[in-house]
Amino acid sequence: MTDPGGPDRCAVSVVLPAQLRALARLESAAVVDVVPPVTQQAVLDALERAWPVLAGTIRDPVTQRRRPFVRYFACGLDLSHERADVPLPGPVAAGSEPFVVVGAMAGG
Amino acid sequence: MSGVRVLVGTRKGAFVLEADGARADWEITGPHFPGWEIYHVAGSPADPDRLYASQSSSWFGQQVQRSDDGGRSWRPVGNQFSYEGVPGTHQWYDGTPHPWEFARVWHLEPSLDNPDTAYAGVEDAALFRTVDGGQSWQELPGLRGHGSGSSWQPGAGGMCLHTIVLDPSDASRLYVAISAAGVFRTSDGGETWTAANRGLRSGEIPAAEAEVGHCVHGLAMHPTRPGVLFMQKHWDVMRSDDAGDSWYEVSGNLPSDFGFAIDVHAHEPETVYVVPITSDAHHFPPEGRLRVYRSRTGGGEWEPCTDGLPQQHCYVNVLRDAMAVDALEECGVYFGTTGGQVYASRDSGDHWTPIVRDLPAVLSVEVQTLL
Repeated sequence: MTDPGGPDRCAVSVVLPAQLRALARLESAAVVDVVPPVTQQAVLDALERAWPVLAGTIRDPVTQRRRPFVRYFACGLDLSHERADVPLPGPVAAGSEPFVVVGAMAGG
Repeated sequence: MSGVRVLVGTRKGAFVLEADGARADWEITGPHFPGWEIYHVAGSPADPDRLYASQSSSWFGQQVQRSDDGGRSWRPVGNQFSYEGVPGTHQWYDGTPHPWEFARVWHLEPSLDNPDTAYAGVEDAALFRTVDGGQSWQELPGLRGHGSGSSWQPGAGGMCLHTIVLDPSDASRLYVAISAAGVFRTSDGGETWTAANRGLRSGEIPAAEAEVGHCVHGLAMHPTRPGVLFMQKHWDVMRSDDAGDSWYEVSGNLPSDFGFAIDVHAHEPETVYVVPITSDAHHFPPEGRLRVYRSRTGGGEWEPCTDGLPQQHCYVNVLRDAMAVDALEECGVYFGTTGGQVYASRDSGDHWTPIVRDLPAVLSVEVQTLL
């Protein structure tokens, strides 16, 4: 539910890994317009609406669940295992901290 | 002047190599889509400027890219590959039922006469088709609906539909190969399918001559002889003279009949190329010597083509989609290695030279002959 005293819309900054920035032809972080409450699902829905090419890259296109090798960070917290409908930390909704999508580390 | 465009898919991007008809000086562009696995890049026979590329990643899933200018620019098209109906199950490695799950596109095969139509072979094994230039993909569900579908099992690389061969004399006939199920043929444009594995014998499966379960690695056909097919199986090089109704072995004097890649000379339907690999455990050439073997007799009798290829300390692999031929007057033959080299022969395999080296591991090589 929208906070009666809060903003109607929030500009949320989303930092993407290099491969997805290249795919979406983004030079830097994406900024998406989100109607509160600002949740993982709302942010990612807005991201995919603005950049349809990202659909299916972060979340499975059928189940909408986070892809196994993708992680979500914000405000120094690993939010990967949080429910998708839980509000993100206040600074993310306020636009002062980004929602960070990370490709899980792998290598030899 | 005529020329050649070589489309190379690698573990970390795509590369496009172009040369004029002399095939001596190559212009190389790439990496396109750096950091992504490019399982296959294919050009339309009906419009050589139309290319399709399968771009995938274990992290970020599947994309399909399309170019309308011969690979100078690209744009993503549709990447939704949804199985028709209830997907059902196939066998998992341990023999238990496992739901069909889309993983990636292994192979793209543009139609012979319409650049907006193309087929996609995917993992878990299924065949999809686009008729709108890649914007949307629809499954041809009759293949998975073949009565044997629930018994198909993955090979070590996954349960992938990796080979699609179109019959140029009959648009309704095509062949696909699935690891590890075998060859399937349709004669009605993909509505219904028949297993085409009679004569295959695979010691790795419980019933060596079973209707399905064979790990077919690749198929090749000469366009003027659509009833003749050549196959590189997990073990054995095979031939069919009756459009896949039956197969017989033509491994002959090969130093190993294990391998992945197979192709046919552009102008000589009985000239066939394979790259023998030591074994399924040793994915490198016998004795560390990289040799293309050529048969001018449609199999059975093979000669090594070694001039210009490393003949010591070479332990690369040549994957199933990593060999192709051009159709210039003197047929060119090309193959890529997991060591990142793409070798070319301008004279049907007599002499070889690397046209690029030190790329990421090469997954696929296709060639367009530009007139």
